[in-house]
Amino acid sequence: MGFRSPLGRALGLGSARSGFAHWWGQRLSAAALVPLGLWFMVSVMGLPSTDYWAVSAWAGSPLHAVLLVLLLASLLYHSNLGLRVVIEDYVHGATKVVTLVLVQFLHMLLAVAGVYAIVALSAGGQ
Amino acid sequence: MTTRQANRPLSPHLGVYRWQISNTLSIFHRLTGVAMSLGALVLTGWIVSIAAGPDAYLDLVDALGSPPGVLALAGWTLCFFYHLCNGVRHLFWDAGKGFEIPEARRSGIMVVVTSTLLTLVFWIAILAGRWS
Repeated sequence: MGFRSPLGRALGLGSARSGFAHWWGQRLSAAALVPLGLWFMVSVMGLPSTDYWAVSAWAGSPLHAVLLVLLLASLLYHSNLGLRVVIEDYVHGATKVVTLVLVQFLHMLLAVAGVYAIVALSAGGQ
Repeated sequence: MTTRQANRPLSPHLGVYRWQISNTLSIFHRLTGVAMSLGALVLTGWIVSIAAGPDAYLDLVDALGSPPGVLALAGWTLCFFYHLCNGVRHLFWDAGKGFEIPEARRSGIMVVVTSTLLTLVFWIAILAGRWS
């Protein structure tokens, strides 16, 4: 009957019901990044120049600001999940925990700084 | 503890596999993902620099316009298109499609060809736009 270990059967515990979240979050953000990533590439390709005023007007326009926030959020979420797996595979012991925490903090910092910058650009009317 | 761990069976390590298209592309998926995490740092820095004003923005754009900067941008473009195409291949696998070995090999070759072409088209469009 099934794949449970004798210990698992004796303890009578099921899964923690959280194993699916990482896998699903990775797929969901991947699916979101297909259109968002392609939009970003095409949109950047269409910029007339790297001139400051042209680029800041582009990033601050309502449509682009909303899409940029969505792009950054999905990208950093996806990157955090991906790096977590890589770190869990190759880093061990206490270094693993420290690295995971630092990576998580860095992603949070980037997300907050990026979203703040987009909102400031959009609202501040550079 | 250490001696007991030493006797336990190890999961197969990279070193025991023969290099072939499937495992090579799988490793590249991970490598390009890690490279783009670094790219996400630069992308966020770029957005923050726009909000910080022309001076900060121009410093970053100058750095990215230098030969090593352009090389990094070109590398990230290839990483993006590769990870995108191979990611879609993964999503098809998740849906239970394309597992047969000949199919997986064909989709792998398609990923390499498509991502290379998309990178070339992207850079030709950028360069054509700059000098037109």
